[in-house]
Amino acid sequence: MSLSDKEKNTVKDFFAKVVSRSDDIGNESLTRLLVVYPQTKSYFAHWKETTPYSAPVKKHGITVMGGVYEAVSKIDDLKAGLLTLSELHAFMLRVDPVNFKLFNNCLLVVLSMLFPDDFTPQVHVAVDKFMALLSLALAEKYR
Amino acid sequence: MVEWTAEERAAIQDIFNSLDYEDVGPKALQRCLIVYPWCQRYFGGFGNLYNAEAILSNPMVAAHGIVVLHGLDRAMKNMDDIKQTYAELSVLHSEKLHVDPDNFKLLADCLSVVIAGKMGTNFTPEIQAAWQKFLSVVVSALGRQYH
Repeated sequence: MSLSDKEKNTVKDFFAKVVSRSDDIGNESLTRLLVVYPQTKSYFAHWKETTPYSAPVKKHGITVMGGVYEAVSKIDDLKAGLLTLSELHAFMLRVDPVNFKLFNNCLLVVLSMLFPDDFTPQVHVAVDKFMALLSLALAEKYR
Repeated sequence: MVEWTAEERAAIQDIFNSLDYEDVGPKALQRCLIVYPWCQRYFGGFGNLYNAEAILSNPMVAAHGIVVLHGLDRAMKNMDDIKQTYAELSVLHSEKLHVDPDNFKLLADCLSVVIAGKMGTNFTPEIQAAWQKFLSVVVSALGRQYH
């Protein structure tokens, strides 16, 4: 399920449109991941707290969104573009890839919540596909 | 048996109390057919589903979206035994409609996205958690009678 040129443009346009709220998107998405799927907290036992919208969550949300935007800029070759990030997740962080889907679910809900008029079904399908391909590229170096 | 806290029951009740079935139902089903196009296989008799525009203006899709959403009412009224409440519906989806139960989750996800769009920041993380828990119980109950 690869992205058509039209879908790539849809993804790039949408993310460019919402970039000014990228920090909020990250904060909301990560907060929801930890609340809706509490098992994901297991990856953050080293944090002072994992409560909604707390400082470590906010900070890390920014980091994660940085990765998403990097992927948008490398949308034509995600596998090559996300190689370093994949190595990080595979060898150091060792996040089970099943969690990527959970994060993606939260991101989609947040995008719909914050941008109800822009997150049309057409944008939704393009972004959903993009996040799935991003997740695949992120899992590339796992085994 | 599924355990529900008072807060979870209240959250789900609130969502249903302010639910605009005629708006959310169609939107959820339209979104499902657009975002997960393989779901269209179950709607052969619905006419033109060739592209997003066709799906969004298709009256049969809109009408059926309302039917499906009202289907959730019984689960909301019987939260302590959704499994039993949906036994017959599960048999229907398995024996008559032949729907792959994995598809239930896809529609559930689209419904959550639509509700998030309507509620905005009122769709708090805690409410989202309760709502998705409710939907996952419904999805599980609908798949229960498959064999």
